Amino acid sequence: MSKSDDYSDIPGTYLFDKTACAKGYNLNNFCMSLMKDENRKAFLADEPTYLDKYQLTEAQRKAVLERNWIGMIHEGGNIYYVSKLGATSGYSFEAMAASMAGTTRENYRAMMISGGRSIEGNRSKTEQAAGARKKGDL
Amino acid sequence: MAKIVAGVGCSHVPAIGAALDMGKTQDDYWKPLFDGFARSREVLAALKPDIVIEVYNDHGTAFSLQYIPTFCMGVAAEFKPADEGWGPRPVPVVKGDPEFAWHLVESLIINDFDMTIVNEMEVDHGLTVPLSLMFGQVKEWPCPVIPLCVNVVTYPPPSGKRCFALGRAIRKAVQDYDKDLRVVVFGTGGMSHQIHGERCGLINSAWDKQFLDRLTSDPVGLAAVPHKDYVREAGAEGIEMVMWHVMRGALDDNAEEVYRFYHVPASNTAVGNIILKNPDA
Repeated sequence: MSKSDDYSDIPGTYLFDKTACAKGYNLNNFCMSLMKDENRKAFLADEPTYLDKYQLTEAQRKAVLERNWIGMIHEGGNIYYVSKLGATSGYSFEAMAASMAGTTRENYRAMMISGGRSIEGNRSKTEQAAGARKKGDL
Repeated sequence: MAKIVAGVGCSHVPAIGAALDMGKTQDDYWKPLFDGFARSREVLAALKPDIVIEVYNDHGTAFSLQYIPTFCMGVAAEFKPADEGWGPRPVPVVKGDPEFAWHLVESLIINDFDMTIVNEMEVDHGLTVPLSLMFGQVKEWPCPVIPLCVNVVTYPPPSGKRCFALGRAIRKAVQDYDKDLRVVVFGTGGMSHQIHGERCGLINSAWDKQFLDRLTSDPVGLAAVPHKDYVREAGAEGIEMVMWHVMRGALDDNAEEVYRFYHVPASNTAVGNIILKNPDA
């Protein structure tokens, strides 16, 4: 089994490993609390006060309040926990994914319908950079 | 004596559950997928399963980050569909089989697989979506289901080899059970998909196809594929496919493929379905 450090060359991917698990523990616990309807209502009624209970870092808190999905992932959020905030706020997985990919929902959906994001050029940061250089040459 | 008659590989996208539950199966977007599974249901029904062992993963539903069991088995009489943030799916309560499940955990632990034993657990789309796809929209599931939950969310998940070996141990446990039961093992999740990070939306149909092919042509070699290859080639969440090795390990070496269906996309995901049958089924 490879250790998680070996994954660092895979682009746009945040392994939920020992580091992320520790970093995102409070953030993910907050998201988990949204499994209960009464908590969803309490959160939506007064988000800042509800968040006070969870000792988030400033960056985590900001990302939650702004529904900045990629920001939450960068701060240790795991997508399966973060998606509970998505569901609470009316975002589907597709909508969150479009946001993380930095595109519109329409463009993202069109990409998926045409077969998804290609593996070619996206296997590694090295491969991605080579692809970008090639594009620049043309 | 109980015997394993077949294995099913099946994806478990939450949007598939939502499409079913909201009556969208005949929409242009969803129709090709549900048409593919109509045949799956006929093939499975013809195999007359008495009980299903469903290998699946929880998505931060029954288990938070507080406890992260690598392998656990539900021994309860029933498992309720969970509220994952949008209310529970309107599907039947999953009925277990405590006697059979306890036999399995006893046998597995005695044979060196240290299962976590779960007496109470709600089940999320990871378990219920494959049941909906393989059994349809029913008032009651047609047979009991033993949930076997695998951690594939927090790293490291168990290796493919370990999953395959667990399948082998399940096969022995089933063979040692003295009731006549036709057992089908489901391996669920996958296929290629990534739903987080800037690379989300990744699909690798060529990789998925070789994975489906090697389930019969090279199952032992396939189980040895390292995690990193899944993450790189099949997307971060494609790692769920390690659970298919439990299903494959539970079958005979010469199990044959009797059905395959593959479709892109369902939301962010490549959907795969395969049915493998044991020779003496």
